[in-house]
Amino acid sequence: MVLNGFKRAFVKVGVLPFLLAGLVVIFSLAESRFMTLSNMVTVSRQATYLSVVTAAQMLTILCAGFDLSVGSSVALTSIVASLVMVSIPSPAAAISAGVATGILTATLIGLTNGITIAIFRVSPFIVTLGMMSVAHGLALLLSGGVPIFSLPDQLNQILGIGKFYGIPVPLLVAGVVVALIHVMLNHNRIGRYLYALGGNREAARLSGIAVRKYTCLAYVLCGALTGITGVMLTARVASGEPNLGAALPLESIAAAVIGGVSLRGGEGSVVGAIFGAVLIVLIRNGMDLMNISSYLQMCVMGCLLIFAVVMDQLRLSVKMR
Amino acid sequence: MTDLLLTAQGITKTFPGVVALDNASFDLRAGEVHVLFGENGAGKSTLIKILSGSYPPDQGEIRLKGRKVVFRNPYEARQQGLSAVYQEFSLVPQLTVLENLFLGAEMVRWGFLSKAEMATRAKKSLQELGFHLDLFARVGQLNRAARQMTEIAKAFQNEISVLILDEPTASLSDREVAQLFRIIRRLTHDGVGVIYISHRLDELKKIGDRITVLRDGKNVGTLEMAKAVADELIAMMTGRRFDDVFPSITHQPGERLLRVEDLCTAAGLEQITFDLHAGEILGVAGLVGSGKSRVGRALFGLDRIYHGQIAFAGRRLKRITPRRSIERGIIYSPADRHKEGLVLCRSVKENQTLVSLPLFERFGFIDRRREVATATQIVNKMNIRPADIHQIINYLSGGNQQKVVLARGLTRKTRLFIFDEASCGVDVGAKHEIYRFLKEQAEQGAAILYISSEIPEVLNLSHRIMVMHNCTVAAILERSQANEEKILSHCFGYGSETASRTGPDAAGPESKGSPAAVPRIG
Repeated sequence: MVLNGFKRAFVKVGVLPFLLAGLVVIFSLAESRFMTLSNMVTVSRQATYLSVVTAAQMLTILCAGFDLSVGSSVALTSIVASLVMVSIPSPAAAISAGVATGILTATLIGLTNGITIAIFRVSPFIVTLGMMSVAHGLALLLSGGVPIFSLPDQLNQILGIGKFYGIPVPLLVAGVVVALIHVMLNHNRIGRYLYALGGNREAARLSGIAVRKYTCLAYVLCGALTGITGVMLTARVASGEPNLGAALPLESIAAAVIGGVSLRGGEGSVVGAIFGAVLIVLIRNGMDLMNISSYLQMCVMGCLLIFAVVMDQLRLSVKMR
Repeated sequence: MTDLLLTAQGITKTFPGVVALDNASFDLRAGEVHVLFGENGAGKSTLIKILSGSYPPDQGEIRLKGRKVVFRNPYEARQQGLSAVYQEFSLVPQLTVLENLFLGAEMVRWGFLSKAEMATRAKKSLQELGFHLDLFARVGQLNRAARQMTEIAKAFQNEISVLILDEPTASLSDREVAQLFRIIRRLTHDGVGVIYISHRLDELKKIGDRITVLRDGKNVGTLEMAKAVADELIAMMTGRRFDDVFPSITHQPGERLLRVEDLCTAAGLEQITFDLHAGEILGVAGLVGSGKSRVGRALFGLDRIYHGQIAFAGRRLKRITPRRSIERGIIYSPADRHKEGLVLCRSVKENQTLVSLPLFERFGFIDRRREVATATQIVNKMNIRPADIHQIINYLSGGNQQKVVLARGLTRKTRLFIFDEASCGVDVGAKHEIYRFLKEQAEQGAAILYISSEIPEVLNLSHRIMVMHNCTVAAILERSQANEEKILSHCFGYGSETASRTGPDAAGPESKGSPAAVPRIG
């Protein structure tokens, strides 16, 4: 009986709530600083960036794909935006031009991914793996491998640490983005079509859905959102960094899958994905507080990704029975 | 008495929504050929899959030489001397004939494959079988007959005591069939028991010793082949079910809705010409590979058309794509609902409105209330169970899933329904509801193209019947002048001209006077 109820809950919501509850208990017991207000503020700030990328990543996973190039897109966005900003003297013009070109760059990367995947039917793994290398290479090439400093101060003050009615600007941006995606997925045909073509491409095609167009759109949107994250991260660190966001592909995929987005496509919600991102950040934060080395943290994150996919697979086999 | 080699007692197997086998029993003597006979869906395939270890039975027991056995997989069954040759091929197309013959049973010396030894043995066994096969040809490049021979040869690689053959002659030439029969006789002489499935009565007369007829998953009788009469077998096989199931449909064809002229497609259709009127059901019959499904696909825009023209509602169509077809009021339900019809991980509602989502939009947002109302209405009308529009469709039974696919056309104004195997793999109750839906739509003025492998269905539901053969239209028959025999002979391509190839019993001597030699084909 109890086991059955547990099983049903598992099928319905996935592994996430159980993990989240368990981890909070463990970290609270192990480290007294974990459950403090200031630490929670830190966690939410860190979670902001990962949340947006996870929401972006989720769109491609819904179409039964994924995007490994989100990390290097962030890096290239950062470099392109910074180069534009340092070349324009007026701060206002520099920031708006920088932000626009940064987001445009990432959107173009998404478009290239989308066209190659949707129209030429190359596997998302190969396309985005290649793009990961291309974008990172470009970022290093353009920057000469060194960070770009002397960006306008206002960039950091507004987009990095600025507040709007007491709410941090990045959090506000993330909130708006997530809300928009939620509406798109649940109240608009784009969302419905993404779920459908991810769940069964052939059935979607026979239902008159422009499968290629919508697949491509998922990657373009993913790129654009990645660009927004890239700009916000650049503002946060107040410099153009060619190595920004290296952990993002792994962390965003892990977060989405832990949050109940199925790698087989067609299933998952943006709310779940955001919870997944929060979980990842909590784990990282807890390990930081416990002085666990960043090398070991890498191992933990890798295990977590594999664990999440195993759980996803398990959920499928329980469900099918 | 002869020894009982294999017995199956009280075998029951259910799949979601369908009872495939219902307390069926079966036995096989050493040295006999025991024929399994029945319609598609009668449970023949399920029974042999259970006997050969592909599925576990829900209930019942199997005894091999008097000992109770439980096969967890086909490999275990093979270890015990039970080999099956299925209709669908179990060959790996990328490997050679030789590699396929020994797949899973490779001969190994010192951890290396002893290829020469395998080749020698394979050559010897092929010689015994009298099959001419190139051992080093890739299976994927072979024609159907050669693949079938490879499949049979594979079963012969083991020491066997029970051999199961599922329609082994479907793609063999007469000479190869004779060869196969010689081998079967030699095997039975050595005490091997053979379970043989085929629809060809003349063939069964030649090779069978006993015959068991299955209907709706039940064993309705086992006869000595010598005493079996074709008419009696047919009666046992079909029962009287169809009369109860088919509704009477008032056909009042209206204006001409669809005109197809000289259609040729990249998928192989040649010079298809027919028309279809509003309020009419045009049945499309034909064997597997006759192109009957391709007619539906071409009309909906799934196969490229390179010649001919299609006029719909008086307008000549250019650039046919699924989306345009749907917008014109044409709805297509594919033969394979899992592969092409449904998004299994989504809800009933989402699957229903998928073809007409833009119609439910207001200011770019989906009007949920209207969507829910429409979906609920359809679920009630079609009697879909469970009656929950938010249920994930994967959890519904086959019949209910099929009803969801078929009823999609109700979410928008639909003038032409194209149904491909609409009643395939659903239970009798759901069939009844599907037929009722058909009747209702036709009587309300929709045109229906009803593609089906089941001839009684086509015969009883249609206003006119188009018979496909070899990717061309063999005949278009008015219902009043059609019967099963006529449809069948057109299916086999000798409706009007002289027979080009003898074989299927439909035109054979035994079936004279029996209208339904092969009630379901394909």
